[in-house]
Amino acid sequence: MRSWLSDSVIAGVTAAVLLLAAMPGAAQAPAYRAPRTADGKPNLNGIWQALNTADWDLQGHAAAKGPVPLLGAVFAVPPGLGVVDGEEIPYLPAAVAKKKANQANWTMLDPEAKCYLPGVPRATYLPYPFQIVQSQQNILISYEYAGAVRVINMGAPTKAPGDSWMGWSNGRWEGETLVVDVTSLMEDTWFDRAGNFHSDALHVVERYTPRSADTLNYEATIEDPKVFSRPWKISMPLYRHVEKDAKLLEYKCVEFAEELLYGSLRKKSSN
Amino acid sequence: MSRRFLALTAALAAVILIAPLAQSPAAGQATTASAAKAWTLPHTPDGKPDLQGIWSDNTLTPFERPKSLGSKEFYTDQELAELTRRVREGRQGEQVEGAELGAANPQAIRYDLEVYGFDRTKLRYTSKRTSLIVGPEGVVPPMLPQARERNAAMAAKVKGHEFDGPEQRSLSERCILLNQIRIPMTPAANEGNLLQIVQGPGYVSLLHEIDHSTRVIPTDGRPHVPQNIRLWQGDSVGHWEGNTLVVDTTNFTSLSAYRGSSDKLHLVERFTRAADDTMTYQFTVDDPTTWAKPWTAEIPWTKTKGPVYEWACHEGNTMISTILHGARVEEEAAQKKGK
Repeated sequence: MRSWLSDSVIAGVTAAVLLLAAMPGAAQAPAYRAPRTADGKPNLNGIWQALNTADWDLQGHAAAKGPVPLLGAVFAVPPGLGVVDGEEIPYLPAAVAKKKANQANWTMLDPEAKCYLPGVPRATYLPYPFQIVQSQQNILISYEYAGAVRVINMGAPTKAPGDSWMGWSNGRWEGETLVVDVTSLMEDTWFDRAGNFHSDALHVVERYTPRSADTLNYEATIEDPKVFSRPWKISMPLYRHVEKDAKLLEYKCVEFAEELLYGSLRKKSSN
Repeated sequence: MSRRFLALTAALAAVILIAPLAQSPAAGQATTASAAKAWTLPHTPDGKPDLQGIWSDNTLTPFERPKSLGSKEFYTDQELAELTRRVREGRQGEQVEGAELGAANPQAIRYDLEVYGFDRTKLRYTSKRTSLIVGPEGVVPPMLPQARERNAAMAAKVKGHEFDGPEQRSLSERCILLNQIRIPMTPAANEGNLLQIVQGPGYVSLLHEIDHSTRVIPTDGRPHVPQNIRLWQGDSVGHWEGNTLVVDTTNFTSLSAYRGSSDKLHLVERFTRAADDTMTYQFTVDDPTTWAKPWTAEIPWTKTKGPVYEWACHEGNTMISTILHGARVEEEAAQKKGK
């Protein structure tokens, strides 16, 4: 009986998989045409947020004990399937050791713990919302975390005047997709709390594609010949904050990082 | 080409930026009568007045009126030309009454103007006003006794503990709230002090170059966030009155005082595009726990060129650790000496 049931289930599932595979385009999301802005571009305006654990680790990971035992289950590592296409991050052999060292000393080294500007793409999937303000010449993205901000130039591409934490962004439309080329990123940012890192040769190409009224698909292709053997890609949906009067609030985290950064320099109490 | 002057505050040391290349204001001359060309207010694709661009509030006009001018609210063209000439021909550091020299102010000079490219010959007035504060007084009203007491009590708490830990240092040093980015926005002692405006449907975003301070202001008539949510820069909501963007801000913290105000501060800012290269920025501050009456200032902004640089203050802040470390070293030396 049991064997018959499982055989049937397997057969059914196999048939369904074959059927799906045979249907053209079934594996891809159906083409979605986004509402337009007054000047005819896909309208990306809104407050968005990733709902995943990519900031904990871009790669798939099981739940784990948090770094501060006193916080119990409040600050344990939540599990996640990962957002890296093909799962593997193609580190050059020489870079693997640094990634491991970063991870081992994560709480002391992570720029997020220090409230430093997060860089791209990490700003997108930090566990805080961000807002897209879309104009013709520029698209401004304001991130709640650390008050980070970037202005994407939608005109003729311009060259960065220097390296910066959030990089230099030139954007263009490819059909439904906003494509942003990000260069001149500083080496000081990380990709996640698992210590995944890059060098100052980082080049990121982001793709924001509306996939329904309240979701976008976000992809970032990451290229850094000093750290990785080939370009690799992350992808995830972003969700719109649909609640009434949704608003970014201040998360000026400097004051939350001061104990970590300066605690050892405090005046010792004289008693 | 002049270089843009970066910052005169002590936070300079913390800024991760090379001295940027320059953008001298695109055109300050538009206010002269000869430039009175027909100009129509541009609109965004969704029909709102278009305030977008990069703006500078740099001006020679002082915030408060010099006492000697009494209730004189405006200069004549001749007086303004004479003042401008004296500023431009003056030596570095030479004070001119009726002119806010910023970096060239004797008290403010900590850096060689040559090094920072602050060009005294480019300084100019942006209106005929004798002070940015409008009205017959032209100064901030006297502080109420209760406000003096409140501020004195706050200062007393820190006295003797200035170097104990980061919390006793100023918000500006800590890169939490730099003096130049506090709202209302007033000219800072540097040549640029850039503000970039980007508008989307239902929102106007204001990006202040200094410390990348950004406000995304909804213009859909929504109320403020609940009163118990207090924010360093307050909660801003906006609406359009004709061609003017009106922004109302409340919910400040008790620590983000503006000129000694309390968390009861209520700020109303008005942005009106006056010409292709000029925006009139007017603000009224009201705080009945600090001043007997509201007061208003008006600042013309001039359109300028980018780029707006990333001003990462906290990321390069070596000041707090250096100051605290210095204090610990001194304490240790004093202790050894005492033994």
